Amino acid sequence: MDPEPKKPEDSPSNSANSHAPVQPPSPFPDEVLEKVLSFIDSHKDRSSVSLVRKDWYNAERWTRSKLFIGNCYSVSPEIVARRFPRIKSITLKGKPRFSDFNMLPRDWGANVHSWLVMFAKVYPFLEELRLKRMTVTDESLELLAKSFSGFKALSLSSCDGFTDIGLKAIASHCRNLTELDIQDSVTEDVGGGWLSCFPENFASLEVLNFASLNSEVSFDDLERLVSRCKSLRVLKVNESITLDQLQRLLVHAPQLLELGTGSFLQELTPRQYEDIESAFSNCKNLQILSGLWEANSLYLPVLYGACAGLTFLNLSDAPLQSGEFAKLLAHCPNLRRLWVVDTVEDKGLEAVGSCCPLLEELRVFPADPYDRHHRDGVTELGFLAVSRGCRNLHYVLYFCRRMTNAAVVTIVQNCPDFTHFRLCIMTPGQPDYLTNDPMDEAFAAVVKTCTKLKRLSVSGLLTDLTFEFIGKYAKNLETLSVAFAGNSDWGMQCVLEGCPKLRKLEIRDSPFGNAALLSGLKKYEMMRSLWMSDCNVTMKGCRLLAREMPRLNVEVIMDEESDESQADKVYVYRSVAGPRRDAPPFVLTL
Amino acid sequence: MSTLSREENEMVMMSSEESSNDSELELGLGLSLGGGKAKFKPPSPAAATAAGGGSWDQYARILTAKDFRSGVSTKTSSSSSSSSSSVTKANINGSCGTKRTAESPSSPPGLGVTLFVISLILGESGTTLDKISQVVGWPPVRSYRMNSLANNAKSPVTKDFFSTVDKCKSKNIVVDKNNITKEKGVRKTSLFVKVNMDGIPIGRKVDLNAHSCYETLARALDDMFRPSAAVGPRRSNVDEQGVVAGTRQSLQLLDSSSDFVLTYEDKEGDWMLVGDVPWEMFLNSVRRLRIMRTAEANGLGGHDVKIRFELEFERAWKIVLLADVTK
Repeated sequence: MDPEPKKPEDSPSNSANSHAPVQPPSPFPDEVLEKVLSFIDSHKDRSSVSLVRKDWYNAERWTRSKLFIGNCYSVSPEIVARRFPRIKSITLKGKPRFSDFNMLPRDWGANVHSWLVMFAKVYPFLEELRLKRMTVTDESLELLAKSFSGFKALSLSSCDGFTDIGLKAIASHCRNLTELDIQDSVTEDVGGGWLSCFPENFASLEVLNFASLNSEVSFDDLERLVSRCKSLRVLKVNESITLDQLQRLLVHAPQLLELGTGSFLQELTPRQYEDIESAFSNCKNLQILSGLWEANSLYLPVLYGACAGLTFLNLSDAPLQSGEFAKLLAHCPNLRRLWVVDTVEDKGLEAVGSCCPLLEELRVFPADPYDRHHRDGVTELGFLAVSRGCRNLHYVLYFCRRMTNAAVVTIVQNCPDFTHFRLCIMTPGQPDYLTNDPMDEAFAAVVKTCTKLKRLSVSGLLTDLTFEFIGKYAKNLETLSVAFAGNSDWGMQCVLEGCPKLRKLEIRDSPFGNAALLSGLKKYEMMRSLWMSDCNVTMKGCRLLAREMPRLNVEVIMDEESDESQADKVYVYRSVAGPRRDAPPFVLTL
Repeated sequence: MSTLSREENEMVMMSSEESSNDSELELGLGLSLGGGKAKFKPPSPAAATAAGGGSWDQYARILTAKDFRSGVSTKTSSSSSSSSSSVTKANINGSCGTKRTAESPSSPPGLGVTLFVISLILGESGTTLDKISQVVGWPPVRSYRMNSLANNAKSPVTKDFFSTVDKCKSKNIVVDKNNITKEKGVRKTSLFVKVNMDGIPIGRKVDLNAHSCYETLARALDDMFRPSAAVGPRRSNVDEQGVVAGTRQSLQLLDSSSDFVLTYEDKEGDWMLVGDVPWEMFLNSVRRLRIMRTAEANGLGGHDVKIRFELEFERAWKIVLLADVTK
């Protein structure tokens, strides 16, 4: 392309680029640009594209069909509608992550309704909606069901607010539905009648996940639905479905890629046992398995025939003992991802180390988080064993009651490629149980050795030293979770002044105060959000932050019991939409 | 206010009918409180360890910072202004969630005997870790997962001293596989009610649906309100008067000889004693809770005896009525 001479007249400049006030005309026509850009999917790439110059910005906005909004309050429906005229798929995330652990009062917000109203007006061809940690009422689901004739995929992760009524609307009206995926829902007894509302000729479903909804559904209707939907590849039922019912479903859908079973505890006749065993053996394509409520050594073997191709085994609802677990693992040589409950203990994790050389992700959940039964759970030994056998490990979430610095140092030497390291020593402020030292050395090793580290959750007794190391070495860190750690403001300052890629910082019960909060002034606009609860931040500090940084929303969540000057729960995030218009009375925007 | 020695207090506790040499003692209602005024001030780090009643340290050692590790309490000693962190942190590390425990008047002596005995048998880790259950959102396990694990986890080894907890849980575990949810108590919504304790200006909230029986609720409230030292120094409107670091004595809320009685206001506005009706019925009628002191620090026992009597009467009457209804 010939380089165009710069035209002297003023052209509207890309406001992001102050070094080129005059923009030459584009070397190629808009249609070409748009065609090229339509191949770009990643929203991060598209964001970069839109910053190049004005015509690229325009081309990008006209060609974007997938929208990702990581914080629903960072932008408003109106702004989105103005910028993007042709959206077909939307991902919207709402509440801060700590709401999963009941740290946010009810009715805090993140209600999707105002978004849906706008979507209904501006995006009649919307096909996909994926919501995470948002409140979704029945009214919203009804609006959704009736506004988009081509609607295909609905995914609700950690959402609340809906009941049977809303789901009925979806089932009845979304004729082209391919995906209904409800994960980790936080609802009251939702009711199971919705499943029976799919029309008799409805057969387009490819993904159906209602594992976390806790009501009985009509098995007959489910069976008919499954047998009609020949393209079904993901089926995750809830606990109300029994083993022999599952067998009938599997017979209709041997093509499944992902299966979530129902309850795995049932007295089976030998015939039934054979039947279910052969049903599983016929599932040659199974890659992902979950559910297995109340599974025990008696019935686990029926699964074995389906395990050869398994890449993800989710046993987080099935607390197994080490023996039966090891036997099951022996049939799963291709596992990449494994979620277990700590009832398998260190012995079980040793089996993981020996049976699963391809393992990339391990999550160990506590069976008894409040330690009521004083069982051992897992320790540093289990983690060590896994690290020795699974050198590809890059994602770990590990709940334990004891840990040592030495173990963690060895673990990251064995597995230096960690991208997600989430260690939860369940007693707050617990030191190395052998040496009684703080766990600083452990996390120092993690950030020094694991250069690709993107996400880190720290725990145990930690001094400011840990945060010095994090700030200094964790160059790729994007998400950091801190609880009951640190000595002084200095710790948090180190993190805010280091960690160039930090996007999400969540801190609870740590001695960081106003000085620490304010040291991140410049940083917060480059981050998605900051959460600080039960630290030493005061209203004064928050007000100062709000005053200095007008493009941040600085919100304080008031507790009845909090005293007026302390800011017990602070949520800071960048926003182009200004202060929330729907804030409840206990949320103060400063 | 005389400070009874620990041994004396224990004795009096065990035989609660006995009055001791102290004029503040209630008739058979247990001991008066030691130095307990409802005034709180954030203690300086020094005060936390130096305060009177040091002998309590021995018994109430269940949850002090020292039990966990060395050197934590002596962190950067910032001044203990209302926004002081280090002392709070010392206690956070020693007993999670202390920020959430109320700034209560100083501990009533000798009430933690039962709990103390249990802790001796268990070793400190048992009761200590039990404290974790009262820190909101910790460990960071999603609530739906928490419920389902609690109900499904098999416990092959149960050297479980908290048998009441097991009793509660087993009520909720249903053998009938076709009938899930409601009986299992899986994934309930929250039922937060306000809880106020006499003498504490700031109330708390407790999620009743997180409990399956009175015992766990009592324990939760115990942890929330148990008189303790060096708690919440940031809160400037509450004072703590000479209370020892890490003192922990159970309120024994369900124990009728305790200094504290747990009451609730029901839908009709009547105040009832907690524990009389079946748990489900309680859930249906409770509006809010109140932990009443049966003996006030300055010995206005007579008044409280009267209240107690009235409560008992109310309760008896209501039980009679309810018994009719539930037949």
